[in-house]
Amino acid sequence: MTAAPTATPLPAEWRDFFALTKPRVMSLVVFTGLAGLLAAPGAIHPVLGFTAILCIAMGAGGAAALNQWWESEIDGKMKRTAKRPLPAGRMRRDDARDFGMILSGTSVFIMLVAIHWLAAVVLALSIFYYAVVYTMWLKPRTPQNIVIGGGAGAFPPLIGWIAVTGEITLMPVLLFTIIFIWTPPHFWALALFVKTDYAEAGIPMMPVVRGEKSTRRQVLAYSVVLFAVSLLPWLLDGTGLIYGISALVLSGLFVALSVPVGLRTTQPEDTMKPEKRLFAWSVIYLFALFTALVADRMVLS
Amino acid sequence: MTPEEQEEFIRRRKARNVVIGLLLMGFVILFYAITIVRMGD
Repeated sequence: MTAAPTATPLPAEWRDFFALTKPRVMSLVVFTGLAGLLAAPGAIHPVLGFTAILCIAMGAGGAAALNQWWESEIDGKMKRTAKRPLPAGRMRRDDARDFGMILSGTSVFIMLVAIHWLAAVVLALSIFYYAVVYTMWLKPRTPQNIVIGGGAGAFPPLIGWIAVTGEITLMPVLLFTIIFIWTPPHFWALALFVKTDYAEAGIPMMPVVRGEKSTRRQVLAYSVVLFAVSLLPWLLDGTGLIYGISALVLSGLFVALSVPVGLRTTQPEDTMKPEKRLFAWSVIYLFALFTALVADRMVLS
Repeated sequence: MTPEEQEEFIRRRKARNVVIGLLLMGFVILFYAITIVRMGD
């Protein structure tokens, strides 16, 4: 055989296409989207509810594929992402792009014909926001990239809500805001204890650019704002007492765990326990808060 | 292509076709269900 190995490339495994959709991120997307759908006033037929969530998940998967198509070179420079299908050379770049486009387009189309035009518009906007505004434009340019990226993750409950009501009101916007404000302290807590190689890959992450001290202060500041924002649905009469008390306790703990992270400095041989605790809590927090929101709605109706 | 490569090629192509087939079937069922539900609106 004299032909180069690339002359007859093997077709990519279907599992690698699945991996392109970032299934673990998708589980959070499905959860918050479902929570928005269940917390919205009114009812949606289970088949249509399932379809709406499927569209949100497909849109997120398509956007994730486009993200990896664009960032394949950067991903190859970082240990955490070097094994992804594109940097590992298990798939052609164009195939990832086409896959992402098809998934995104299909999800918006189905949302449009089966659910509601406004839900389809916001879904399309969210995909554009993540794949273009965040990935291509702002992520490599500003240390505020995590704040901006949080906007992308905040769309699912908003879309789930609109799928039921067909309109944008204050409540779904508040749900959007909660995830938006939650993302920076969640991610920066992780960035403080995981030594990644973002700097080498040319991505300006906050702890690298502005320093650890500033990052810690901002984690604390955001968690205080999160405390206030998470109470708004209750204070503005959008929810009942179940959500109100849950938010008070959950967000109170969030702030309490942020205080040591915000005020201390990393010591030599540091085990970074406060940062790890805050990160672990931030994940539980989001699940618990949205579960409380749905429980509140179920009891009210 | 060596026989081993040939075999791997066929295996992957087949697995992909099965997955695509299942997905298409799923969408057919979903669209049928959506149509029935929306006709009742």
